[in-house]
Amino acid sequence: MSTPQTPVKTPVKTSGRPLRALTLLAVILVGLLGTALIQGADSVRLGLDLRGGTSVTLQPRASNADNKVTSEAIDQAVSIIRQRVNSLGVAESEVTAQGSGTNRQIVISVPGESGRRVVDLVGQTAELRFRQVLAESSALAGIGGGEATPTGGVSAEINARFAALDCTNPANLQGTGADSPNDTIVACARTGSAKYILGPAEVLGQQVSKASAGIDQQGASAWFVSLTFDGEGTRAFGAQTARVTSLPSPQNQVAIVLDGLVVSAPSIREAIPSGEAQITGSFSQVEAQDLANVLKYGSLPLAFDRGEVQQVSPTLGEDQLRAGLLAGALGMGLVLIFSVAYYRGLGIAIVGSLGIAAAMLYLLFLVLGKSIGFTLTLAGIAGSIVAIGVTADSFIVYFERIRDELREGKTLRTAVETGWSRARRTIIVADLVSLIAAFLLYFFAVGGVRGFAFTLGLTTIIDLLIVFLFTKPIVTVLSRWKFFASGHPLSGLSPKSVGMKEKNAKISQTESPLEA
Amino acid sequence: MAKLSGLGGRLYSGETSFNIVENRKRWYSFSALFIVASIFALGVQGLHLGIEFKGGASFTVNKATATVQEAREAVEAVGLPGEIIVQKIGDSKVRVQTGAVDAAQSRAIEAALTQKFGVTEESIDTQLVGPSWGKEITKKAIYGLIAFLLVIMLFLAMVFEPKMAAAAILAVVHDVFITVGIYALVGFDVTPATIIGFLTILGYSLYDTVVVFDKVRENTKSVVANSKVTYSQAANLAVNQTIVRSLNTSIIALIPVGSILFVGAGLLGAGTLKDLSLALFIGLAVGTYSSIFIAPPFLAQLREKEPAMQALAKRVASRAGAAETNTGSATKISRRTQAKRKGRK
Repeated sequence: MSTPQTPVKTPVKTSGRPLRALTLLAVILVGLLGTALIQGADSVRLGLDLRGGTSVTLQPRASNADNKVTSEAIDQAVSIIRQRVNSLGVAESEVTAQGSGTNRQIVISVPGESGRRVVDLVGQTAELRFRQVLAESSALAGIGGGEATPTGGVSAEINARFAALDCTNPANLQGTGADSPNDTIVACARTGSAKYILGPAEVLGQQVSKASAGIDQQGASAWFVSLTFDGEGTRAFGAQTARVTSLPSPQNQVAIVLDGLVVSAPSIREAIPSGEAQITGSFSQVEAQDLANVLKYGSLPLAFDRGEVQQVSPTLGEDQLRAGLLAGALGMGLVLIFSVAYYRGLGIAIVGSLGIAAAMLYLLFLVLGKSIGFTLTLAGIAGSIVAIGVTADSFIVYFERIRDELREGKTLRTAVETGWSRARRTIIVADLVSLIAAFLLYFFAVGGVRGFAFTLGLTTIIDLLIVFLFTKPIVTVLSRWKFFASGHPLSGLSPKSVGMKEKNAKISQTESPLEA
Repeated sequence: MAKLSGLGGRLYSGETSFNIVENRKRWYSFSALFIVASIFALGVQGLHLGIEFKGGASFTVNKATATVQEAREAVEAVGLPGEIIVQKIGDSKVRVQTGAVDAAQSRAIEAALTQKFGVTEESIDTQLVGPSWGKEITKKAIYGLIAFLLVIMLFLAMVFEPKMAAAAILAVVHDVFITVGIYALVGFDVTPATIIGFLTILGYSLYDTVVVFDKVRENTKSVVANSKVTYSQAANLAVNQTIVRSLNTSIIALIPVGSILFVGAGLLGAGTLKDLSLALFIGLAVGTYSSIFIAPPFLAQLREKEPAMQALAKRVASRAGAAETNTGSATKISRRTQAKRKGRK
């Protein structure tokens, strides 16, 4: 049977400069190491499943038929939940939306044991309400709050609670959403800078039909928020503003209360019967847009299904970490033994490549942990271990190509180059397939899967770098050594191990049995 | 090892050759058997879904002396509807799984367990999953699958050729089907980690197929111009030339996955590591099989339908007929003819 006739296309270019590639690799490694040192990253950030903690995944859904899950609504929900979670005061708590567009989940993770409370905290729905301010005080600690005792209509009990309310205590900025619309309540400003006694809610969040931030055309840069109410809201807001506008400050203020916290409490200059209102003040662009978002989505048009709650004890976390590392060491060790046993001398190149790949991955974990908040999860560890196989696969593809070339009677030095020009393509295509898989997995998945996909993608890129910048150059260097070039029996490239027959190949008339 | 290397050499030269492409019907029926069994298993038994898909709660107590019996008693005393599954995990853990519970019930179960075993609440690992969660992740997995197949099909069609893309995708679908079938047959737990495994198989199985197809493409590039061998024969040689490579890459890929499986199942007893690596292990094995026995024969079958290839097969057959007294039929070269052709070389 004829052997394939593929003419060697171009003379191979890389042969003469293995040192250049190796230097480039060294620069990359040193650069990563330097970055890690400058960042002060001394350990890989571990995920909650490796150090214990609580994670909650929430699935947004429209709370009624009129509402839709929009991207902005999810952003708004994330910021409301973040406010609640931050009030726990646990370092490194995270609230993120994962996925894309409207098809996103909200993932809350709180490390350590205090995370248990988060479960109760995040599920509640936030409500937006407009309440008249009855009293305002910036005296935050309990003492001295009583001086702003309001005129009439407020019970002694409320006054006492107002006096006792300490808005510097993070627990009071949690936003429980438990404020009943018909009650007079005490509440803190969202920022913790003031506290209020507020009358019953007169206008509800869902009665706001439109809200947007705008800039005053005449004034230099005066940002304002304009809002429009629906029919019912127009009537209610008209009545409320008509009543309060003539009252003395602070009772002429209407507080915008979201999730039990006062977002803003503008004073009313005139009755607004038209249902079109403008809130002005010394807003920055961001503040105005935030307020507009609160008004638009603050009523949280979303309800949440509690998707998954996972509480991992530090013990289990430690066990999982140890198991992951053990599996990694075992897998790496066995792959190295196999490579050396099969490829003999060439195994050196595999040992070196995998070693450098592991070092590069570790450095990237360090750097990415600091720069983009990458955390290593158990699935991520699994991804890196699986990647040992992918990485080693590229070497095998290359080495088998070299052997193919040798079988065609080429010298080792030629075989190393022509084999490379053919293997390169295969490796790139195969790695691209892996990358596409990793990318899509990351894009479509949530939680642990993303960790897996991320490391898989990362290691595939590392594989490409290593093959081009280390494996190929080092094999070129090795091929110049007499040990390999002469086909020493232990080099892994001897005629015997490649499977070439000395002279006239013996011809078997029958098929070889499979057990060969 | 050296023996395998020697075999690699003989396979490369064509001196030893397995008639993989020609015997496609054998592999097809073998796979068909498996697929029918898979469908049967899926239909009759279905997949053994973890609580992530059904909704439910899982509580794991880390205490060596805890027994299944004690845990069951403690949780049953809470009075939950539905089935309660209690298992010993590894040496030092007991896991209780229940149906969907609300926050209050979950606290009651935790309280019952902390009381029974004298452990702190923090040392109990819990997982609560809402009833609609499974649908959500299943939907995502299916979207991911469809997107993957489309993108890869386009990519391969661009890099190789459309028929190769079709054959590669067929092989991938075949792998996922059989892997899922094995899960249904054996009754392994299906968790989100298992799904990650299934999706990763897609990439892996393709990696192997890409390696084989790259060689097929190289071998068949000038097959029409040379008129020496048919497309199927050239493809078969490519498969033989890459068998050792495919086996090696598969072994190397299976070693780390096997390590995870060993540690995950042995040390941790259950969880992400075990579920993920089991799916990968099975999928990789099936993927290796399909990249050798399913994808290339199917590709050859597709290509042989082309008029140019049929004409080529005729030319090759008549050449062989002119040289030998014993000719095979137009598209099939008999074993003997092939052996003699080799001998001539």
